[in-house]
Amino acid sequence: MTAALETAANPTGLKRVVIEPLSRVEGHGKVTLLMDEDDHVQQARLHIVEFRGFEKFIQGRPYWEVPVMVQRLCGICPVSHHLAASKALDQVVGAHALTPTAEKIRRLMHYGQILQSHALHFFHLSSPDLLFGFDSDVARRNIVGVAAQYPDVARQGVLLRKYGQEVIRHTAGKRIHGTGSVPGGVNKSLTTDERDELKRDIYQVVAWSRDAVHLVRRLFEQSLDTYRSFATFRAHTLSLIRADGAMDLYHGGLRARDADGRTIFDHVDSDHYWEQISEEVKAWSYMKFPFFKALGADDGWYRVGPLTRVTRCDFIPTPLADRERREFLAFDEGRAAQATLGFHWARMIEMLHAAEAIKDLLHDDDLLGHDLVVTGEHQARGVGVIEAPRGTLIHHYRVDENDQVVRANLIVSTTHNNQAMNTAIREVARQYLDGHKLTEGLLNHIEVAVRAFDPCLSCATHAMGKMPLAVQLVDAEGAAVDSLVRGSA
Amino acid sequence: MTAPAPVLVLAVGNPSRGDDAIGPELAARLEAAGLPDVEVITEFQLQVENALDLEGRERVIFVDAGTGTPAPFELRRVRPSTDFLHTTHALSPEAVLATYARIKGSLAAETWALCVRGEAFELGEGLSREAEKNVEAALARLVELCRLRDRN
Repeated sequence: MTAALETAANPTGLKRVVIEPLSRVEGHGKVTLLMDEDDHVQQARLHIVEFRGFEKFIQGRPYWEVPVMVQRLCGICPVSHHLAASKALDQVVGAHALTPTAEKIRRLMHYGQILQSHALHFFHLSSPDLLFGFDSDVARRNIVGVAAQYPDVARQGVLLRKYGQEVIRHTAGKRIHGTGSVPGGVNKSLTTDERDELKRDIYQVVAWSRDAVHLVRRLFEQSLDTYRSFATFRAHTLSLIRADGAMDLYHGGLRARDADGRTIFDHVDSDHYWEQISEEVKAWSYMKFPFFKALGADDGWYRVGPLTRVTRCDFIPTPLADRERREFLAFDEGRAAQATLGFHWARMIEMLHAAEAIKDLLHDDDLLGHDLVVTGEHQARGVGVIEAPRGTLIHHYRVDENDQVVRANLIVSTTHNNQAMNTAIREVARQYLDGHKLTEGLLNHIEVAVRAFDPCLSCATHAMGKMPLAVQLVDAEGAAVDSLVRGSA
Repeated sequence: MTAPAPVLVLAVGNPSRGDDAIGPELAARLEAAGLPDVEVITEFQLQVENALDLEGRERVIFVDAGTGTPAPFELRRVRPSTDFLHTTHALSPEAVLATYARIKGSLAAETWALCVRGEAFELGEGLSREAEKNVEAALARLVELCRLRDRN
C-alpha cells in the first residue's frame, strides 16, 4: 500500500499539497501530496536537497585542511564530519592504529557530540510533539511551550547540551570550527584541570540522561496504541558493530540485518562499503536512494540511526544503557523496538551510553598523554566511517602525489534513510490523512514522522528570512486552493 | 570565576557560505578593534544553550546576515517571542530570549539584532561585493552600540 503511494497511477486532476520547508527540520525539505476529489492520498513524496557543491568545495585542497573544512558543511553535526574525515585521512597518512591518547580523545569528542546532539533533538525538536500531542496548539508546540509547562525538562535539556559542547570545546580546541583531530591522531590532549572540570558534572549528566530514558518510556506507556502504530514499517538495517558485537559509535565493521533480524552481511570491512552498497537515482528526487547490492534497488533499501544501532547490536558496553536496551527490546512484546517513534527511546538510550562512556574515559589517564600522532607509508585513498548522531556517515577521499584531494564522496545518514523516510510519510498519509480534510495538526503528523529520523539537510545557511514555512494546496492546474502559513523570521 | 563582560556580541553565520559569513566577518573585525568590556562569540547557528551566554550581561547584540533586509543593515530591539519558532534547529534571537526568560525566570539584558543584508549564500563562495560594503557600514554602528557609556 505505502509503496504504491510513491507515484500516483493517474495524476491528472489531483490536488497537490506542498509542505515546505519542514518545520523543526534543518535546512530545506519538502513533502508533496497528491490527493483526489475525495481527499484520498494518491501520492506522497519527501524531497530533500542533497549536499551540493561539496566536491568542488574540497577538490584541490591539501588533505590536511579537510578535517577542519568539512565542519563547515553542517552547523549541527560538524564534529561528525571532522572525525569521519580524520579517519579517512588516517589511512592516507598510513596511520593504521592511533596512539591510545589520540583514539580516546577522539572518542571523548565523539561521545560529547552524540550527547549534545541527542539532547537537542529530544528536548527541543521532538519533546514538544511528544509532550503536548501531534494535534495540540501549534503556538505551544515548541521548546518555549515545553519550558513553560515542563521547566525542569527544558532546563536539563539545555544543560545536557551545554555539557556536550564543553566536552567538544576541550577536545577540539573550540566550540565550533575545532581543530583537535588531525590525520594520524589529535593535536591536543586534556590537561588535568580540563579533565577535572568535566569530571565535576558528569555524574549529574549520567543521572539526567537516565531520567530522559525513563521519560520516553512513560510517554510510550501513556499512549501505547499511537506509539505502537505511528508510521511503523518493516525495514532492513545498517550499522557499525564492534568485533565482539558491541555497539561502537566510533569504529567497527558493517552489519546489515533484515526486518526480522536475520544477517544479510556482518563485520564487513567498512573501507570496502561500495562492494555492499549502491545508490539509485530517481527522477523526482535530488537525493539518491542507497540499497544493498545483494538485494537490488527495489528490496534492498535500509534504515540507519539510533533505532537500528540499539536494536541490532548484541549489547551496549556500558551497564546502565545496556540495561535500558534490554528493557526497550522487551517492552510491549518487542513492538516499541519496531516502531518509528522508537527512535526517540533509542536515542535517549544512546545519550545515556554516551554519558557513561564519557564518565569512563574521564577516569582514564591516557587522556592526559602526550603521544598524539602516528604516521606511516602514505597511500592515495582513504575511507572513514563513523556512526554520527543520525546514523552511518561515510567519507571517502582520493589524494594525488601533490597531497591534494582529487576526489571526495560522502554518504550522509540522511541519504541512507531516504527511502525509509519516504516510506514513513506514506504510512502516515495512509493512516491519518487519507479521506480527511487537511489541517495543520494532520500535516504535523507528516513532520513528526520525518523528525523521528532527524534528517540533517544541507544546512548551515540560516540567515534571517531564509526559512519561511508555507503549506499550500493547489489544484492540478497549479491554482492555489488553500494555504497554511506559519510565522517566519 | 570571573564576571562575564557586560556587552555580548553573538555573531552568527558560516564563513564558507558566501554572505552567510557576514556575522563571523563582523565578529573578527570587532575583536581586532579590541574594545574593552566586550565579549564576542561566533556561532554557526543560534541554539538553546546560547540562552546561557546571556546571563549577567548589560547589553546583548545579535549579528547576522539577512535576506530581504533593507541595505546596508537593519538594527532593531529584540524582545522575547515565540512567534518566530517554526524551527528550533536554528533559533531566532527572539526565541533565545524567550528560552532565557523561561529558564531563568527573568528577562535578559537590553538586546539588539543587527541584521546585515546578504545577497548570495552558496557553499565555497566568499563575501559578495555588496555584502562587503554592507559590512563596512554595519561595523561603525556595531562599535557605537558596544560602547555602554553611550547608552540613552
